[in-house]
Amino acid sequence: MVANEMLSRGADPESRRPPRRARSAAWPLLCLIVILALNCLLTPHFASIQVRDGRLYGSLIDILRNGSVVMLLAVGMTVVIATAGIDLSVGSVMALAGTAGALALVRHSGGGVWEAAGSALVIAALSGLLAGLLVVRLKLQPIIATLALLVVDRGIAMVISGGEKVRFESIPFEAVFHGSVLGLPSALVLAALVGAGVWMVLRFTVAGVWVEAVGGNAQAARTCGVPVGSVRTGAYILAGLCAGLAGLTACAEIKEADPAAMGMYLELDAIIAVVIGGTSLTGGRPMLLGSLIGAVLMQSLTITMQMHDVPTEQSLIVKAAVAVVVCVLQAGRLRLVPAPRKPTGATG
Amino acid sequence: MMKSLLVIGVSASLVTGLGWTRPQPGDSKEKKPIVVGFAQEGAESAWRTAETKSIKDEAQKRGVTLKFSDAQEKQPEQIRAVRDFVRQKVDAIILAPKVETGWDVVLAEAKAAGIPVILVDRGVTVKDDGLYATLIASDFVEEGRVAAQWLAKETKGKANIVELQGTTGSAPAEQRKKGFADELAKHPEMKIIKSQSGDFSRAKGKQVMEAFLKSERGNINAVYAHNDDMALGAIQAIEEAGLKPGKDILIVSIDGVKAAFEAMVAGKLNATVECNPLLGPAAFDAIEKVLAHQTVPKYIKSEDRLYEQKDAAAAIGGRKY
Repeated sequence: MVANEMLSRGADPESRRPPRRARSAAWPLLCLIVILALNCLLTPHFASIQVRDGRLYGSLIDILRNGSVVMLLAVGMTVVIATAGIDLSVGSVMALAGTAGALALVRHSGGGVWEAAGSALVIAALSGLLAGLLVVRLKLQPIIATLALLVVDRGIAMVISGGEKVRFESIPFEAVFHGSVLGLPSALVLAALVGAGVWMVLRFTVAGVWVEAVGGNAQAARTCGVPVGSVRTGAYILAGLCAGLAGLTACAEIKEADPAAMGMYLELDAIIAVVIGGTSLTGGRPMLLGSLIGAVLMQSLTITMQMHDVPTEQSLIVKAAVAVVVCVLQAGRLRLVPAPRKPTGATG
Repeated sequence: MMKSLLVIGVSASLVTGLGWTRPQPGDSKEKKPIVVGFAQEGAESAWRTAETKSIKDEAQKRGVTLKFSDAQEKQPEQIRAVRDFVRQKVDAIILAPKVETGWDVVLAEAKAAGIPVILVDRGVTVKDDGLYATLIASDFVEEGRVAAQWLAKETKGKANIVELQGTTGSAPAEQRKKGFADELAKHPEMKIIKSQSGDFSRAKGKQVMEAFLKSERGNINAVYAHNDDMALGAIQAIEEAGLKPGKDILIVSIDGVKAAFEAMVAGKLNATVECNPLLGPAAFDAIEKVLAHQTVPKYIKSEDRLYEQKDAAAAIGGRKY
């Protein structure tokens, strides 16, 4: 039974496709296309893209740029959720890493890109490592361990900044994290690179098989010699690093780190993006592309509501409704005719 | 050697000390100093730390002994602090309540002990409003109205305005929206063409403004932001759209934080309505009156004023928050 599951879950890459209907990025992608198409029809100038100061300028670019923070968070979150974990701390890690980076920029006035990025990423990785140790060594439930870090990390951010916003001026830092590459916002390019990098590691190395095995059945994976603890810890460190990068881009955009507000509730946005992207919250196959599309989908919804002046209370309801619909479609549970009962197997 | 220096030092300070405290004629009936307990709710923002500092400074200036408690944004902690002050038999209590409800019991205890309670910056909902002496706070509705009046004057009553609201459902957001809308009703040619929440944050303010700039291209004359942070975010969005904030689009906001004054000096923000956290002087004025058995009004409006670009350079040096 156990060996069976391992085989069908991904020990052999050729038979990784589960027997049931495969989850895919198709539903969120379809939904995204519908929203964008509606906008092209209903919102004036929606599809127009101009060049201003060597950067592309337009609503579509806004969606991708403002969505890139959640895209970054979603990359790490996808891997954590695929290992059957969850990371609630990413919003606070953003605040902590962003604040640490901003303080480094203030110390090295005018420059300090390396110092800022280095200190932010080291701190973010340490927070991820701590989450991993709490989960793996102390056997805390991931939701509890990372909830603790959600509180602690923002607390530390408040302490190191004295509870105040940290403003900075650093042209090189802004060029890296809020500049443009071939006209595209650098935050987007960063998110795309990180996403592509993680995708390749998952696709072409043993890490992908391990992540899926741990999320599918940790006991079975351990029996088969998968280093379960290291895989889990690695996933939390990755989520921390992604949150650190997200924090750097978020504070570069407004030339300020706000330890109280930065990244607030973004862990929820990231989780929603991952779930509508098709990764199961109970672990299993990471659907990285789906998560990225999910992040862009939620951002396009937000911008659509803002452009059409839907009151905030109502727009939250709309967003929730869309998320639920996509999840239901994604899970394939919306059947008009009841499906014939099948005997439940290990993979069901 | 050290010892003798020490003796000289101590005796010198004793002499000067005696000189200072020698009672003046007619001063003899001066009572022992007033003791006031200050139950602050936390230190979550620069605004609040400025409020705390103002009250501490004013206490020192008036020779009042201040017992300070920071509840770290927890109401039970704050209730315990008020109870401690009652037990220590302070002369008066200043309370900056964390939330509006749940104060009946502890305020009744203070009243039973004959200790007046002065509320600062936020009211409380209690069954009997005799439980506190007075409330000293800003009028958020008035702030919105002042912003609208300024904008009406500046645009000669004709403008397409976009509004950046604070956190949906919060008292300052609701009331600043209402005051602004009330005043706008007098000017039929001033319209709010878009109004969305920017959560009082700079990042959100910027994103919302980006969306407005695209869907209302060339149509926006003015921005009204419920706080300075969102206005600063909007300024960045306007600049990135290749427009000149403060010239192509007028911007008025509320709070009067230091960064807003810097933006006004740079010509990017047009006006800000101060929401004054420096409540110390008014609080101790009220305490002195109450202790002298004079009547004080139930609500004392703190002095908020509008600053324009031309005032900014002169005022910026004195900004404490």
